[in-house]
Amino acid sequence: MSEEPVVEATALRRDFVVRRPVGRLRRERHVVTAVAGVDLTVRAGEAVGYIGANGAGKSTTIKMLTGILVPSSGTVRTCGLDPVRHRRDLARQIGVVFGQRSGLWWDLPLAESFRVLGALHRLPDSAWQARRDELVERLELGSFLSTPVRQLSLGQRMRGEVAAALLHSPRFVVLDEPTIGLDVLSKERLRVFLREERAAHGTTLLLTTHDMGDIARLCDRVLVVDHGALVFDGTLPGLVSRVGGERVLVVDLTEPVAPLTDVPGTRLVGVEGGGLRQRLSFSPESTTAPAVLAEVSRRADVRDLAIEEPDVEEVVRRLYAAGPR
Amino acid sequence: MAETVHAWTPWTALLRSRVHAQAAYRTGFALDLVGNVGIGLLEFVEIYVIFTRVDSLGGLTAAQALLVFALANIGFSLSDLAVGHLDNLSEYIRAGTLDAYLLRPLPALAQLVTSDVSLKRLGRTAIALAVLAVALPTAVTDWTPARVVLLLITPVAGAGVFSALFVVAAALQFWVVDGGELANSFTYGGSYAAAYPASVFALPLRLLFTFVVPAAFTAYLPALVLTGAPGPGWVPSWLGWCTPLVAVAAWGVALLTWRAGMRRYTGAGG
Repeated sequence: MSEEPVVEATALRRDFVVRRPVGRLRRERHVVTAVAGVDLTVRAGEAVGYIGANGAGKSTTIKMLTGILVPSSGTVRTCGLDPVRHRRDLARQIGVVFGQRSGLWWDLPLAESFRVLGALHRLPDSAWQARRDELVERLELGSFLSTPVRQLSLGQRMRGEVAAALLHSPRFVVLDEPTIGLDVLSKERLRVFLREERAAHGTTLLLTTHDMGDIARLCDRVLVVDHGALVFDGTLPGLVSRVGGERVLVVDLTEPVAPLTDVPGTRLVGVEGGGLRQRLSFSPESTTAPAVLAEVSRRADVRDLAIEEPDVEEVVRRLYAAGPR
Repeated sequence: MAETVHAWTPWTALLRSRVHAQAAYRTGFALDLVGNVGIGLLEFVEIYVIFTRVDSLGGLTAAQALLVFALANIGFSLSDLAVGHLDNLSEYIRAGTLDAYLLRPLPALAQLVTSDVSLKRLGRTAIALAVLAVALPTAVTDWTPARVVLLLITPVAGAGVFSALFVVAAALQFWVVDGGELANSFTYGGSYAAAYPASVFALPLRLLFTFVVPAAFTAYLPALVLTGAPGPGWVPSWLGWCTPLVAVAAWGVALLTWRAGMRRYTGAGG
């Protein structure tokens, strides 16, 4: 692995000119700043979560890193290249997955898409076929490999998208909302795959998400962007301790019990069904989910449980409430 | 150990996948094909109706005018087959498809061109070929080797000119939001004009369609050479041989416009 950072951006800025109608005919010119001076370094092998509210500038940043957009000012180098000028060289080294857009052909089955992508990247047959077989196995694509993409479920299609973006074994993978809309099982499968991919190939990951679970499971570093500027750069525990982001353990009990107000390190935030379902909020710093569960189990018979992570909007909101850096 | 990967491998793979995808929907394809035959017929009927009213159109006899119609339509339908989908560039932009192209190690325009092949347009080509077969024996009486060559290169060069127009029209969509309709009036309007002899238009329009939108080059001027028809006095007959040059020039303009459009899209220019 080279010493050179995979991404190095300095004072990255991007403005858009927007024309808004004023009255019937006149249109007024507005300059909207999507990214306002972001400094960003991603080292080789890192897994970085890039979070922020909608419209905070995440997608614009990704487009500048990958060569789709030119920065209004500032500099960016990805894999040591100027992304726009060396777009095609860069494309050989990066893989990009957009959760809400498709890099596949809707009228082709995945098997056919992989063949075309192998050709697009000018990979020898033996190379892309070996990689395809690896991806098919690890992402469990085998059962729907010859179904046209438009007939796949969202979870199947996303796994297909990820496989397509990784077919040329990129060393830097960017995922924009990869788990959006996926069910719990599909999410988990994708996360496990990405962890394995990192472990096996030392792949560098940058992902945007609204799901704190993605960050917790995948990333060792978190960046929070708000109104186009970086407002946090550190670890997830560091972020949680800054904002006091609390997790909520939801327990379904076999019989109604009195409100569980006395579980150490927790706060009871909800009781439903006359005590059948209770919600206990806790800070990951003061206790852990297993400890809370053990305490609850001593008081009642737990039938089912779920853990709710603080969502990204909540974290960003609290980051502001906690005051500037 | 290294297997050779040919330079054209990506393009043949892309085009082959497009043809496969169309073959997968046979009924829909057949319906589209019939629809395109219908469009070709309708345009032919239009010309026919005009000729039942007037004896000659722009100094051409009926057969000569049909030759113009046929040449223009072969060229246009071939370009429509190859690049007609460029009309939908704003849709490609909206759906993020263009971004996906930018993330692949190939030129965006070439990917856009190879992203579809509308084989259904062959319906229109077939009508134009039929009209050509009918018109040719009457329109061209004095065959020379040079005229045979001209007859063969005109539709190909004409397809080149029309394709360049499609690219220009597509590139303009980078500036015009929801420009699909504007692009249509440009390219399909150009094709409409090419199917009529240029001299029926008033001078400003004639200049426009000869030099700005060089549609006359795709049919009318070569037809003058083929048939030996006099044509308007201001047209030197060698112009009928210039279609390939016009195609090259039009592509030059098209590529520059496309480049400027892409620079606008990525935000590199002004």
